[in-house]
Amino acid sequence: MDALGDRTRRTILERLSAGPVAVGVLADQLPVSRPAVSQHLRVLKDAGLVVESVAGTRRLYRVDKSGLRVVREYFDRFWETALDNFAILAEAEARDDTRKRGTGARPIKKG
Amino acid sequence: MDTQSGSAVEVFRSVSVPLAQARAFELFTTRMTEFWPKEHSIGESELAEVVLEPRSGGRWFERGVDGSECQWGRVAAWDPPRKVVLLWQIGADWQFDPEFETEVEVTFSQEGPDRSRLDLRHCNLQRYGANTEQMRAIFDDPAGWTGSLAAFVDLAAAQTTPGH
Repeated sequence: MDALGDRTRRTILERLSAGPVAVGVLADQLPVSRPAVSQHLRVLKDAGLVVESVAGTRRLYRVDKSGLRVVREYFDRFWETALDNFAILAEAEARDDTRKRGTGARPIKKG
Repeated sequence: MDTQSGSAVEVFRSVSVPLAQARAFELFTTRMTEFWPKEHSIGESELAEVVLEPRSGGRWFERGVDGSECQWGRVAAWDPPRKVVLLWQIGADWQFDPEFETEVEVTFSQEGPDRSRLDLRHCNLQRYGANTEQMRAIFDDPAGWTGSLAAFVDLAAAQTTPGH
């Protein structure tokens, strides 16, 4: 549970979506330390959301727009959640069916 | 614009449920509201209902709590209890775009007397990559996107942080 971290990473992504940014510039714009920004960038990089490049002595970061990986990951995650929910609903329906069948076989309810 | 624009990008998901094929089809198409991730909404007001008009050519839309409707796409093929194909026509700017189409193909197959499998394929996602401006737009706006992006980043973080 790292809510602040999540928000920070999201903010970083939003900043990077406007174009490549150096880590120092990001740190200046955000209420977190430079090492913390680097840590967040590493997580984003490992997740394939951000790519790194070197310009002179600076490292620049930008959103990885190649390969549509982000879009694919997004929909994959989305449908996973939706179908998990669907399975839960279906299981509840199946339990309901069983209960109704049980009641039908025994017209007098217990209790 | 790049070498990948010509190749198809899709996602595939499958789930097995303890219902007969026809029941599973009915549940999926008539009670979408109950399993739809609520934050995935493009309307101005909070999502109240997801509606799928049960016929080929029917509309697929959300209704907000204030009664307003916001179209998501159309039914491209209606073939109960086996298959439904939905056109997801929400562009990268998170607006309904009648000119934009990605296909969500959902098939149901009987696996036993009371069991069936749902296979879902969301095709032609490469159309989101027509230009980088569109990609930027995905990040820029919608509440639905930012919420799920945060969840995704969260998950990515969990996978990449040792010991958690």
